[in-house]
Amino acid sequence: MTGTSEMANILAETAGRLLQDHVTRDVLGAAEDGAWPQDLWQVLEDNGLTQPLAPEDRGGMGASFADAFVIAFAAGRRRAPVPLVETMAAGWLLGRAGIDVPPGPLALIDGGADLDFSGGALSGIAPGAPWAAQAGHLVAEVGGTVLLIPADAATIIPDRNMAGEPRDTVTFDKVKPSVTGALDLTASVPVARTLGALMRAAQMAGAMEGAISLAVQHAGDREQFGRPIAKFQAIQQMLARAAARAAQARSAAETAFLALDRAGGDLTDAEWDVAAAKVVAGEAAEIVYDAAHQTHGAIGFTYEHELHFTTRRLWAWRGEFGAETFWAQDIGRRVLARGADNLWPDLTARQRG
Amino acid sequence: MEDIRFTPGLLPPEAEALRAEVRAFIADHLKGYSGVKRAKSWSGADPEFSKAMGAKGWIGMTWPKEYGGGGRSFLERYVVLEEMLAAGAPVSAHWVADRQSGPLLLKFGTEDQRRKYIPAITRGESYFCIGMSEPNSGSDLASIRTRAEKTADGWRINGQKIWTSKAHTAHHMIALVRTQPQDPKDRHAGLSQFLIDMKNTKGITIRPIRNMAGEQMFNEVFFEDAEVPADALVGTDGGGWGQVTTELAFERSGPERYLSSYQLLFELVREIGADAGPAEAAGIGRLAAHLSTLRQMSISIATMLESGETPNLAAAIVKELGVAYEQDMPGRAHDIAGISPRVGAGGFDQVMAYMTMAARSFSLRGGTREIMRGIIARGLGLR
Ligand SMILES: Cc1cc2nc3c(=O)[nH]c(=O)nc-3n(C[C@H](O)[C@H](O)[C@H](O)COP(=O)(O)OP(=O)(O)OC[C@H]3O[C@@H](n4cnc5c(N)ncnc54)[C@H](O)[C@@H]3O)c2cc1C
Repeated sequence: MTGTSEMANILAETAGRLLQDHVTRDVLGAAEDGAWPQDLWQVLEDNGLTQPLAPEDRGGMGASFADAFVIAFAAGRRRAPVPLVETMAAGWLLGRAGIDVPPGPLALIDGGADLDFSGGALSGIAPGAPWAAQAGHLVAEVGGTVLLIPADAATIIPDRNMAGEPRDTVTFDKVKPSVTGALDLTASVPVARTLGALMRAAQMAGAMEGAISLAVQHAGDREQFGRPIAKFQAIQQMLARAAARAAQARSAAETAFLALDRAGGDLTDAEWDVAAAKVVAGEAAEIVYDAAHQTHGAIGFTYEHELHFTTRRLWAWRGEFGAETFWAQDIGRRVLARGADNLWPDLTARQRG
Repeated sequence: MEDIRFTPGLLPPEAEALRAEVRAFIADHLKGYSGVKRAKSWSGADPEFSKAMGAKGWIGMTWPKEYGGGGRSFLERYVVLEEMLAAGAPVSAHWVADRQSGPLLLKFGTEDQRRKYIPAITRGESYFCIGMSEPNSGSDLASIRTRAEKTADGWRINGQKIWTSKAHTAHHMIALVRTQPQDPKDRHAGLSQFLIDMKNTKGITIRPIRNMAGEQMFNEVFFEDAEVPADALVGTDGGGWGQVTTELAFERSGPERYLSSYQLLFELVREIGADAGPAEAAGIGRLAAHLSTLRQMSISIATMLESGETPNLAAAIVKELGVAYEQDMPGRAHDIAGISPRVGAGGFDQVMAYMTMAARSFSLRGGTREIMRGIIARGLGLR
């Protein structure tokens, strides 16, 4: 049984407050124009929010994934334009491999099978790497080895996703990592991808809650035909459907964070819940951004309005660290390989206390 | 919105121990059941099976022991329910009594009513049906017209109910009727609930309605000067509306709101097999992803019930999501397998054909999709 822990309450309160205060419309706009929001980053780092998952003796807070969920959720809810979740995930990976976590933003490199680490050197290309150009260090995992790489050792070509967040192409040409460590985990999908998908699922759940809050607020304020549009049943039905899907996405993401805690050394097993979370979040996003924009009418289509800072992130995040199809195939193949008779028993084995 | 949270819950060891026992029991009782028979699960009835479940203590599991209940947790009950549904056990005979009539009587009934009716329910020998809907009152339940008038030693009931599932096999109906004329200022006033003996009351006619999937499941029920004793009143005269909304919360929160088409998923996985292509695998994967997250949410509700909360909004959300999932299943199975099923073929074909037709009712029974969304919209502060 898990309730909400003391740690999670404190983290939720701190992250919620700091992000609400520091992620202003100006900060969001400037970040999109290429400015690095140093003040925002600093306040997050000073409050320990960037490294909840690394062990205390490696520079972290030693929190559980279940506790860290609230930070990732808040990061999405407030659309923090910094690599908060990537740094959290990379810090966990380093800690798990017995590597000290350096301060500052970290880039989580999802290179998958395209990276080659042999003879002590890393080669290959990782496209769409979040915030690589802003990060001091890059963190990658190749075949069970975790690598900490100084960012200036790689060639980084900046690019952006459709929300204006840095998504760079990183090229490694026989790069020597500064430290390496072995990972004591079994996993069938590259670990960085699983961690990234986990984080995106939580951010998406947060963003969805944000989009619906904006829409509910707008529906109460905006009057047409002499009454608030919230009184129209078509609006109510649309937002109710979206809110239910958002609640599902949140529940699935929380479950996946908990699954990581429970997995111990077996990520192969926890991947199921991560995959499920990424699939339902992606599907829900479609329903949520549709409902949020439709409710807002033309005003929501302007750059002036804040809604798009959330909805463009939802579009972008859907495809990052594996889109729905990737993760649905992952689950589907497992189900089909195990056969119909094992489907229910396997499923019920997942929520055992 | 900020308040809608489904805290991940884990099922305790005693619930998992029970699961093994339930599985063995089902495997024993359901030997040789066809796919389509399993697909009918919570509309399929077998009195012997219900009695066997009663003997196991699996009906009224959470009710006080003094009335024959099991005094067990909502999480243990959850496990029994989901195992029954996933296996496609024929639970419909006692289902309504276990899910809502029993809890209703325990909450609002008199001590005499509890002692008289609850033990037989827990033995799996007493079945109930729900008399709410009328020809002109479906979603707008407060507009019902069936009425009960006071007589010297009881009540006289006149009117008609419709869509009454299992009225033809039920021993009792809990009916919502009008005991005072409609008050235009308070639509919810003047309604009361009665416990009606369906086998021994004069003036009741039951007429079956065949559904499009070929089953006789629901009925029309006519009351013509049907006399019931004074102690047939459940709860307070005029307090029916509040009682009925409590009852509907029991009806909306269970695992039957996302497992109704599980049998189709089972057959689909079997049909597609291990050498599936990427599109088929992704299609199956999406269905499995939803199943696992819906189950998590449902367990979360059971956990809330266990800690004494009444999660009405959360239950409406799970019904909205779960019903959409189980209702879409035939469409997704069509996308993945693309067949026009032949109904005599057995296996996947037959389950697919049955479920395609049966699924139309999923977003109607227990309150329509639109009514559920109205409840959620209220929770969001939109109305
Ligand atoms: C298989 C099955 C079993 C059932 N078993 C029972 C039973 O045992 N006992 C019992 O009492 N009833 C039972 N019902 C009846 C069920 O509760 C009703 O069908 C349901 O409440 C809807 O009422 P209706 O069919 O009259 O549709 P209507 O209320 O006429 O609705 C028709 C359409 O209009 C929409 N609508 C109606 N009002 C609104 C509104 N305010 N806003 C937006 N849309 C609206 C509905 O959502 C629906 O789409 C059963 C139904 C089915 C299908």
